[in-house]
Amino acid sequence: MDLLFDLLREAIAPTTAAFALAAIGLNFHFGLTGLLNMGQAGFMLLGMYGYAITVREGGPIWLGIIVAIACAAVFGVILGWPTLKLRGDYLAIVTIAAAEMIRYLGRSQNLNDLTGASTGIRGNDFKGSFEELSPFPDSMVTIGPFTFHGTRSTSWWLVLVGWTLVGLMVLLYWRLSKSPWGRVLKGIREDEDAVRSLGKNVYSYKMQALVIGGVIGALAGIVWSLGASVQPDSMGRPTTFWVWTLLLLGGAATVFGPVLGSILFWCSLVLVKGLASAFIPTTVLSSQQLEPFSLALVGVTLMCLVIFRPQGVLGDKKELAFND
Amino acid sequence: MTDTDPFAHVPHEPGAPKKDPIVTADNVHRHFGGLTAVEVDHFEVQRGAITALIGPNGAGKSTFFNLLTGFDKPQSGEWLFNGHSLKGVSPAAVARAGKVRTFQLTKALSRMTVIENMRLGASRQRGENFFAAFVPKLWAQREEEITAQAHVLLKRFKLYEKKDDYAGSLSGGQRKLLEMARALMSEPEMVMLDEPMAGVNPALTESLLDHIVELKNEGVTVLFVEHDMHMVRRISDWVVVMAEGRIIAEGPPSTVMQNEEVQAAYLGVHHDTDLSEEGPA
Ligand SMILES: Nc1ncnc2c1ncn2[C@@H]1O[C@H](COP(=O)(O)OP(=O)(O)O)[C@@H](O)[C@H]1O
Ligand SMILES: [Mg+2]
Repeated sequence: MDLLFDLLREAIAPTTAAFALAAIGLNFHFGLTGLLNMGQAGFMLLGMYGYAITVREGGPIWLGIIVAIACAAVFGVILGWPTLKLRGDYLAIVTIAAAEMIRYLGRSQNLNDLTGASTGIRGNDFKGSFEELSPFPDSMVTIGPFTFHGTRSTSWWLVLVGWTLVGLMVLLYWRLSKSPWGRVLKGIREDEDAVRSLGKNVYSYKMQALVIGGVIGALAGIVWSLGASVQPDSMGRPTTFWVWTLLLLGGAATVFGPVLGSILFWCSLVLVKGLASAFIPTTVLSSQQLEPFSLALVGVTLMCLVIFRPQGVLGDKKELAFND
Repeated sequence: MTDTDPFAHVPHEPGAPKKDPIVTADNVHRHFGGLTAVEVDHFEVQRGAITALIGPNGAGKSTFFNLLTGFDKPQSGEWLFNGHSLKGVSPAAVARAGKVRTFQLTKALSRMTVIENMRLGASRQRGENFFAAFVPKLWAQREEEITAQAHVLLKRFKLYEKKDDYAGSLSGGQRKLLEMARALMSEPEMVMLDEPMAGVNPALTESLLDHIVELKNEGVTVLFVEHDMHMVRRISDWVVVMAEGRIIAEGPPSTVMQNEEVQAAYLGVHHDTDLSEEGPA
């Protein structure tokens, strides 16, 4: 029973919301347009830095958000400009490298004053102004079976803001994917040259998709950092990989796939950890080994899912039938 | 053809000037490394007519199509559409100018429905703008017009019953039809069809030919690539023959295959090309 509450708690946690957001962004890239962005964590990290640094230096919240969005947009344009004219794999290579570069830059000692190097930026330095806005009390609050702090870090306040943002972005994806604009992107996913031959400026559309998805990634980064701190090493390649995993798990190119994928992913991690700690004696598996073991097991489960239900939980099996 | 045959005074020779050319090309050269794919000195397409571009495999027909539509860039040359140079113009802009093409290897957008394929072909849909996309009011009416137009075309191409199926579930021939119907959604002045009949079963071929003739009756200029001389003779007003990148002959379909150079080109490259198809020698 405790495990069930833990699961539900994980399902609504801000981290889950943050990953859902990042996956919605990736859904614009991959699900809608077929772009292989292998550096979503880079967009997230830029968003965190943009927000945290602006606010730490005394800027208001709205300015922090604008700076985060602008950083991601500029990053997207810089990555897309040389690669979106080329074959898809170039974007994949460039994004994976560029995201790592952002992380290394952030870690570098030279930028210590700005980014805090490998230690990152402490939560206390930038979370204050957001937490002041909280309508919840400044203490632990129990709503139903769940207890979070009212305002600090992983709080009810952040749960509210995070999931509201998820709701807005789901709405955004829904509106855009069902519009003529989204139709052009889907066409590009299927065959760029066909779309060119119909008079659409493919390059411009791919750029728009890359930027909008990256900007949503930056918002995801802000939500994530408000629940923890700015930590360059938490936004490495594994993070990008998880975002991909949960997008494919939920179902790419579906409206709710990224959200469901994120919930399933984080809950199954908690489930596996809970079951393992309950049934496997510590002599066999120490508590430090529990985390990597759970991740590995979740990985295997996901592999099975991808093999047996490749379209994801919400995807349409029919769509996979044509692979030409 | 009627008494106003636009080809009445056109000489039967390569690069012959036309009465009212919609396309002209000069000195278009395209090399791939040492290989000369296209080397066209002069070429004109008569407005409002059906022109067939024929030639053995590897003659450079598809490459020439790519050059004329901006999908490939030549090492040198000039080419005009409606009197405007299209040199360096992007494929999308060429299409928007009113010259739309199809591909030898069909490009149906598989994971989109037939009707969505068709809608994508339409022009002047403001909802294709990112910001306008948020406000359905701005584009819902145009969407209705487009859909109605698509229904008419789909009925004509016998694809109406399939309109909600994924394009990927269509047969090869139906995809060819869809690609052609989709190209017509923008109401182009000229369509360029690269082997529209290839892989289409004989029953569909008939209606495809009818569609092409119908296009001409509506005033659309058609340039198409085809291997089968039967088809070429059935519908084309004028035939241009390419071999090894050059235009080696032009003329009306009834006589062009009698040209010695044409016979040599076909025999030289393709011993199995059935020249008898053009009728008794
Ligand atoms: N992208 C390319 N790279 C190298 N060679 C090419 C390329 N495209 C076409 N060719 C060559 O150019 C010649 C003309 O090809 P193509 O235009 O496809 O002929 P056709 O359509 O008349 O059969 C062929 O020899 C072909 O191998
Ligand atoms: Mg060809």
